[in-house]
Amino acid sequence: MNEIWAGIAAAFRLIVTLDADLVDITLRSLQVSLSALVIASVIALPFGTWLAIRRFRFRRLTIATLNALMGLPPVVVGLIVYLLLSRSGPFGVLGLLFTPTAMIIAQVIIITPLIASITHQAMRELWAEYHDLLISLNTTKGQRIMTLIRDGRRTLLTAALAGFGRAIGEVGAIMIVGGNIDNATRVLTTAIALETGKGDFALALGLGFVLIALALLVNFAIHALSRTEREGRW
Amino acid sequence: MIRILTAVLILLAGAVQADTMRLAVTTSFHNSGLSDVLLPAIETDTGIDVQLLVVGTGQAIRLGEAGDVDAILVHSRKAEDRFVSAGYGTHRREIMYNDFVFIGPAADPAEIGDAGSAVTALQRISQSKAPFVSRGDDSGTHKKERALWAAAEQDPATFASWYKAVGAGMGASLNTASGLGAYIMADRASWLNFGNKQDLALLFSGDPALFNQYAYIPVNPARHSHVKASAALQLETWLTSPKAQGLIDGYTIGGETLFTFNATP
Repeated sequence: MNEIWAGIAAAFRLIVTLDADLVDITLRSLQVSLSALVIASVIALPFGTWLAIRRFRFRRLTIATLNALMGLPPVVVGLIVYLLLSRSGPFGVLGLLFTPTAMIIAQVIIITPLIASITHQAMRELWAEYHDLLISLNTTKGQRIMTLIRDGRRTLLTAALAGFGRAIGEVGAIMIVGGNIDNATRVLTTAIALETGKGDFALALGLGFVLIALALLVNFAIHALSRTEREGRW
Repeated sequence: MIRILTAVLILLAGAVQADTMRLAVTTSFHNSGLSDVLLPAIETDTGIDVQLLVVGTGQAIRLGEAGDVDAILVHSRKAEDRFVSAGYGTHRREIMYNDFVFIGPAADPAEIGDAGSAVTALQRISQSKAPFVSRGDDSGTHKKERALWAAAEQDPATFASWYKAVGAGMGASLNTASGLGAYIMADRASWLNFGNKQDLALLFSGDPALFNQYAYIPVNPARHSHVKASAALQLETWLTSPKAQGLIDGYTIGGETLFTFNATP
């Protein structure tokens, strides 16, 4: 129990004094995970919706694969991205290993299937509702996807937030491809792993509380901005 | 718009030009806290921003072979010699040393405290079947531990469940040992800087077989043309300078010296 109180005290101290290192790694966490979220959403939201309205031969197989990929082990993704980006790997000339870009690439791979899968689930039901209307209006495929995305934006928000949650709390992949370099690729989760390794549980836990607070803040902010759960709206 | 773009490009170019280099170091070097003392001094004196990748010796060597770092600072003589002779590194330069120590529960059930040598200490541990945590990650410390087991004519692969290979860094392994009340071999620096000692204590040290030499190896630019050879050379010059000697010899925790500088100019 003592360790937990010490952790709360450490978190409080770090936040109140606006510790320069803490601000730095927190901003980097946000930068990496939000970039990954935007890129993954741009890919996954239209893809998930498209999958809901389009009928093709390997649809079942694609959906089953997508659902399975939701559980993609981050550490394996990290290892594969690492091998691809390593100087002796196929994309070595880009020199991306141990940079925030490499971390964003790994996180995009991890969260895209998750967002696409949740999107597909939600859109399938919405499509059942809108099917007749959109067909009778003789809409193009692009228009159908855009209509569904606009009207299903609340559930898509949930999908995106689930993706963000997985990205911001992820440590296995970014530890491997980022290397946890101080002032370059250290983020909250890798810093927590490092402090735990040093046996400094209070600081590790303090950083952990900061991470949880950050996830809450981002969720509140997005809900406030998109005005969900307000009176008179759904 | 063009002006903004130009400004951004100039900024980006500036960021690229800023002299940074990547150095793979062992967990023991970083966990000891010495890097926090050396890196700022290196940046002031040479203008090089050294980015540390804190990994085990095995992984550090792999990073050097792949050309993902510009130099490595490790502590496993055999692996270092192989690395250099295979042409991955240009040369090996000894920088400093510290020593390995045996840590265990303060009550010392295996009675290694008065063992005459490291080999005897290990034999007593295996006889008493007291829990023993091994790094198990192919790091320099792990290689040293296996060499000592071999010297004691024992094979860890045949040990029962009292021998726990955790496959983690020095700090994480020490955490496991303190949770289990187990014996463990650690480098002195990591032990002194470790924050979660619980009832563990330093039980045995001082055998010359526990000597732990750190060496610096720049990655060979002939093999990987992109490595920052000049920065790596500058860093080597600094690490072997009197200034580095003063900082390394002067670094203490609780009054104990952690590393001894022994680079030859």
